[in-house]
Amino acid sequence: MRDRIAGNASTALPGAMPFANLRGALIAMVLLLAILLPFAVKNFFVFQLTLAMVYAIAILGLNLLTGFNGQFSLGHSAFFAIGAYTAAIMMEHFAIAYYWTLPVAGVVCLIFGFLFGLPASRLEGIYLALATFSLAIATPQILKSTPLEGWTGGVQGIVIIKPDAPFALPLSSDQWLYYFTLAALVVLFACAANLLNSRTGRAIIAIRDNPIAARSMGIDIAFYKALTFGVSALYTGVAGALGAIVIQFVAPDSFTFVLAIGLFVGLVVGGVGSIAGTLFGGLFVLFVPNIAEQISKGLAGAVYGVILILVIYLMPSGAAGLLRLITKKLARALARQN
Amino acid sequence: MELFLHQVLAGLATGGIYACMALAIVMIYQAIDHLNFAQGEMAMFSTFIAWQLLQWGMPYWVAFFLTIAISFIAGVMIERIVFKPLKNAPVLSHLVVFIALFAILNSLAGFIWDFGIKSFPTPFGTRALFGQGLMSTHDAGMIAITLIMLVLLFIFFRYTRVGLAMRATAANPDSARLVGIRVGWMIALGWGMAAAIGAIAGMLIAPVVFLEPNMMLSILLYGFAAAVVGGLNSPFGAVVGGFGVGVIENLAGTFIPYLGRELKLTIALALIIAVLTVRPSGLFGRIAITRV
Amino acid sequence: MTATRLSARNLCAFYGETQVLHGLDFDVREGGVTAFLGANGAGKTSTLRALCGMIRSTGEVTFAGVPIFGRATEDIARLGIAHVPEGRGTFSRMTVEENLHLGAMTRSDRAGIASDIERVHGYFPKLGERRRQQAGTLSGGEQQMLAIARALMLRPRLLLLDEPSFGLAPMMVEEVFTILRKLKEEEGVSMLLVEQNATVALALADHAYLLETGQLVMSGPARDIGRDENVQRAYLGY
Repeated sequence: MRDRIAGNASTALPGAMPFANLRGALIAMVLLLAILLPFAVKNFFVFQLTLAMVYAIAILGLNLLTGFNGQFSLGHSAFFAIGAYTAAIMMEHFAIAYYWTLPVAGVVCLIFGFLFGLPASRLEGIYLALATFSLAIATPQILKSTPLEGWTGGVQGIVIIKPDAPFALPLSSDQWLYYFTLAALVVLFACAANLLNSRTGRAIIAIRDNPIAARSMGIDIAFYKALTFGVSALYTGVAGALGAIVIQFVAPDSFTFVLAIGLFVGLVVGGVGSIAGTLFGGLFVLFVPNIAEQISKGLAGAVYGVILILVIYLMPSGAAGLLRLITKKLARALARQN
Repeated sequence: MELFLHQVLAGLATGGIYACMALAIVMIYQAIDHLNFAQGEMAMFSTFIAWQLLQWGMPYWVAFFLTIAISFIAGVMIERIVFKPLKNAPVLSHLVVFIALFAILNSLAGFIWDFGIKSFPTPFGTRALFGQGLMSTHDAGMIAITLIMLVLLFIFFRYTRVGLAMRATAANPDSARLVGIRVGWMIALGWGMAAAIGAIAGMLIAPVVFLEPNMMLSILLYGFAAAVVGGLNSPFGAVVGGFGVGVIENLAGTFIPYLGRELKLTIALALIIAVLTVRPSGLFGRIAITRV
Repeated sequence: MTATRLSARNLCAFYGETQVLHGLDFDVREGGVTAFLGANGAGKTSTLRALCGMIRSTGEVTFAGVPIFGRATEDIARLGIAHVPEGRGTFSRMTVEENLHLGAMTRSDRAGIASDIERVHGYFPKLGERRRQQAGTLSGGEQQMLAIARALMLRPRLLLLDEPSFGLAPMMVEEVFTILRKLKEEEGVSMLLVEQNATVALALADHAYLLETGQLVMSGPARDIGRDENVQRAYLGY
């Protein structure tokens, strides 16, 4: 069962790879680079990187559910939308500061996710995919629907004012939001790693690998599955809120099933079951469709599809899988030298 | 009551479309043990090819059968070229390739034939049966062909050696190899057959919904829903599911006033999920008993 | 000295990066039963899998004088090697009858297949009672019989059996092995038998090999192996 979902994704809990010290150094280096980057590049690029991070967080949410818990979801655009609209409504109708929208969006999505996850825990594989997909399809329609128009702004959506850097720091809005998002990302990623290393995390992973054994060890499968759904929704919801703030705009048609599929693609391309892989996934989701369009306006979709296929050929287990393969070969080469 | 019956009838008419699509989906599921998300786009592309042949002056039935043949070959080729190299990749990676295929076919069709709506002829005529606007001769013809395909498929899977070999391949490829079945060919054959059935579905559906690259999106979804409700390993269930979904969709659209129009698709899907929570293998699916 | 059905030279096998078989040399004699004994994890199943091309391996394997190494599993089956795999490998969603027909998939003689099905039911009467039942609902012993019956439908020149006693109650094991003995004596089917249960295996086999962590450590007539002190202590519970 595990192989069908995660391929050769690491069964080792995150952090248990060889070269643990090297890994820590690598993370520190990447973090340093990330902090210095906005001063070296144009504002628009900073904006794009911020969005890539937003997608990475959303994909991490999906990863918690699909990669680590084995539940398919093709409907995470719904939670992204809920998070985004929560933020927009809070800022627009209640004039609440942008930073409070993140935890609220998270909690709202946690609840929604858990509630959806309870009945969903009875469904498996393709049936669950279909159920979540219908959630994705329903979302734009519900957002546009007349009874909710007062809050959601209907088809027009809601416009948000971009926050400025606080304490009159010498940063542009784009740069400030970049750091804000980066901070959120670091916190969320650390929490995810902690969660997965904890008892709860082990239960979650056990359900993916062998549900029958898990149940016979006393793990309440339905509860944990619903819980994972909730946490996963929380992450994607927070990402949605961040996205709304960064893009300054929410509208129903930004949250169609195309987004859900995009997140799924990002998950696989980054590497199912890998936290770090979601960063690559986020970059992929943001930049590759643009690249495809630049290569050929009329055949953008076809080019995207071809790139996607090539990527899968080269990295069947995602970027994380490729990295794991390379480090294994390096490790063996070094071991042979000794 | 009169309205109810009318809507049921109209639902059966649209249901014919979904039943046809569902059959193609179950076909490929029987062959490869997972769903082909690009099925709809392949059917759409085949229909465009048929349209092009008709534009070049070919008579309808010649174009019809030629398209089926071309689609069969294309299905086999897609499997051999795109999916065979991936056989060791995890399932989720396969899904992404399906998505890629979807994007390629959709974009290519739009590029070659543009996104404008085209009309597609029907060999059955469009006279109305049973009174106005409910079921036309075309709808009846479509239902008839779907039922014929169903019977042929049933005979194929139950009573022929190749059908048995295909079922074995989908059920347990390793054991299938041990009895000498050429698993690779079986999978390719399954793809070819699914592509052919999809082509038939597309050519029957196009006269109703009009031909354009995005025509199959919602139909594919309804088709999946129908296949799942009917039970993924039961062609009969797929057809029943298709008609059922058509009727539900129509009734929901007519009788649930407020949200009816906008959320027809959602409601149909919600009802289907409700069915699944009660009967997780679908209405006619055979529950595979596994001894732990 | 009877003719050799199958011979392997320097057979090595790998699961990914791990090597599980280290240069095995062995023969299976025509019309006889050759047993591979060893504890769990010794590499017995891996040997059968390597012979059928199911895992990555190197070395030379010839079957009736023809080199078969590197061929696809289905081609090896078509040469007349029937493998009853670990875990039976039954098509659980299909009926008993369909499973048997699948065993004969590579044959085209309708009459021959029909008469073979009757013969196989003769050997395994329990299956005859359950012809239309879904194979997955059969008990462990019945599934084992079905797996063997299916292999026989191929009219194999060599039968590979992977732990036929696995998970079966002692009485069931006796029944299965009685049938295997009948097959050996009446049909002259050559067999390569892999077994953890050394007692029953040695009772049936003519020749035996002992496998330990991927290497052959002993080889000889079954009787001699059975009398060896070390084997008795380690594998026969003396």
